[in-house]
Amino acid sequence: MDLLDILFSAAFWAATVRIASPLIFATMGELICERAGVLNLGIEGIMVAGAFAGWISVWAGLPLWGGVGVALLTGMAFGLLHSILSVPFGLSQHVVGVGITLFATSTTFYTYRVVLPEVSSPPKITAFQPVEIPFLADIPLIGPALFHQTPLTYAAFLLVALTAFVLYRTPLGLAVRAAGESPSAVSAQGLSVTAIRMGAVIVGSGFMAVGGAFLTMSAFDSFFFDMVGGRGWICIALVVFGAWKPGKALLGAILFAAFDALQIRLQQTGIGAIVPYQVFLMLPYILSILALVLMSRRAEVPAALMVPFNKGER
Amino acid sequence: MTETSRFGAPSRRAFLKTSLASAALASALPGIAFAQGKVLKVAGIYTVPVEQQWVSRIHIAAVAAQTRGDIEYTYSENTANTDYPRVMREYAEQGYDMIVGEIFGVEQEAREVAADYPDVAFLMGSSFKEDPSIPNLSVFDNYIQDASYLSGIIAGAMSSSGNIGMVGGFPIPEVNRLMHAFMAGAKEMNPDMKFQVSFIGSWFDPPKAKETAYAMIENGADMLYAERFGVSDAAKEKGILAIGNVIDTQSDYPDTVVASAIWHFEPTMDAAIAKVKAGTFTAEDYGLYSFMKEGGCSLAPYGNFDGKIPQDALDLVETRSAAIKDGTFAVEINDEEPKSS
Repeated sequence: MDLLDILFSAAFWAATVRIASPLIFATMGELICERAGVLNLGIEGIMVAGAFAGWISVWAGLPLWGGVGVALLTGMAFGLLHSILSVPFGLSQHVVGVGITLFATSTTFYTYRVVLPEVSSPPKITAFQPVEIPFLADIPLIGPALFHQTPLTYAAFLLVALTAFVLYRTPLGLAVRAAGESPSAVSAQGLSVTAIRMGAVIVGSGFMAVGGAFLTMSAFDSFFFDMVGGRGWICIALVVFGAWKPGKALLGAILFAAFDALQIRLQQTGIGAIVPYQVFLMLPYILSILALVLMSRRAEVPAALMVPFNKGER
Repeated sequence: MTETSRFGAPSRRAFLKTSLASAALASALPGIAFAQGKVLKVAGIYTVPVEQQWVSRIHIAAVAAQTRGDIEYTYSENTANTDYPRVMREYAEQGYDMIVGEIFGVEQEAREVAADYPDVAFLMGSSFKEDPSIPNLSVFDNYIQDASYLSGIIAGAMSSSGNIGMVGGFPIPEVNRLMHAFMAGAKEMNPDMKFQVSFIGSWFDPPKAKETAYAMIENGADMLYAERFGVSDAAKEKGILAIGNVIDTQSDYPDTVVASAIWHFEPTMDAAIAKVKAGTFTAEDYGLYSFMKEGGCSLAPYGNFDGKIPQDALDLVETRSAAIKDGTFAVEINDEEPKSS
């Protein structure tokens, strides 16, 4: 297969959408936190916790969507902890975030071992299966790529639309954005910056956890400890890439996933025999950095990102 | 050394300990003394949970040795490489006789720790060879190329498209060696066999392994070498066959996994225990104990695929197994990074 064959194959685009799905959830989660002014570096650990919580609940007998709900709540619980430390206490968001990541990963392993003390391999669940959307799935190229996916993938795309709508078309969204730009203005309006920021971190963390759960409940059907493997950190970069805008962030996730799906396939072409495989693995990251450089020139960083707000302080 | 009871006279336990120790001392050979005759205290340190593939083989062998009464076994799992040397020191300080584990990510530091505790025997999975200047550190690895070669013969016979996909984690010696042996086996049945080889840069990223396997299937593979979790899942979904590695995965994929090359750690573990007890533990490469001749590896039972594998392949597996065991045939050990063909 050469490059053009790859780019025009429906399987390539289907893979791209599959790879992008967990990133989309977590990127939207991070974006919501950051728009409210809080950098959430707990993302990697929250994804691990979500991946575990969703999977183990289904294994324990909950239906699949119940598992997604448990993952969401687990993420929200870690989000609550993060927001208490980072918002009213105003602690360093870097330290809190990395702390949450370490705490969530180790708590996950602890829980895993308590629940499954003696197993020969992590049990499997029946994961989400692809659902074809009638008529739309028959469109060449786009059909199989976009409309023959698991319900969680559709949910990821809906989440982007929902996030964009709430952020830009509702008073709540305005308050969230204002909390990240000019918290004192929010406060002057009689709104609680603390409540808005905490709410954004809690909800955002919930979506991150669902992104993790995608890995164990849709992309795969079991939980492995290192399986999140840095996807959370990618999402931090994707938020910047998307200039803190949901649509552009979605584009970034798709682009990154496309590079990943491409490198997997390029390894099997003629160049794969000459170029070391590490170069291929680097490809999505390098191309994303290049794209980031181009895209972020005109990006507007939320003015109050990482600035703690103390009411009445001047 | 002598522990006295509150009333001044040596307690019974202390007396026993002393006499055992002196008995050991009396017959001590150069090497690690004090171990003879007693139940060895063995600690395992693993970077992943004990149920995970490679490590599970070590854990099972250690548990078996404990059940037999040869050792007293404890372990730390999911130990990050950054913590690994510290955990080694903790067990060494607690007086463990032997520490078993994997130092692929901490080769240098682990050797420094071992040098600090010359009385503790370290049996470590490593990409490097033994070092005579650290006589208490022996290395092992899963040299199961014999079984991989045999599984390759089966794969070669079962692939009708002549195109096999192989997904690996990282191209480290143990992975490369097994892939080469597998490829050599497959070529016995079909000299024109085409191989697709990919590395995903992670040991535990089943979604990525699965995506990579999908791409290989799209590209014509009808047989997958499942070095990583996730590959057999892609095979199952797309209705093609797969070969397992290190553990027998047929129970999870009854209609997909034709054969598996299994690693048995017991010969390695038992040889090390015997040597520590005899006081003859020294820097060695235990890789040999994973060879088929030593019972260190085997081909899993065909199970559901009994009767579905072509007879000429079964015959070749039979003759080659016999030849490997009596030493007339040796599977080539090639640690170079395999490439797609």
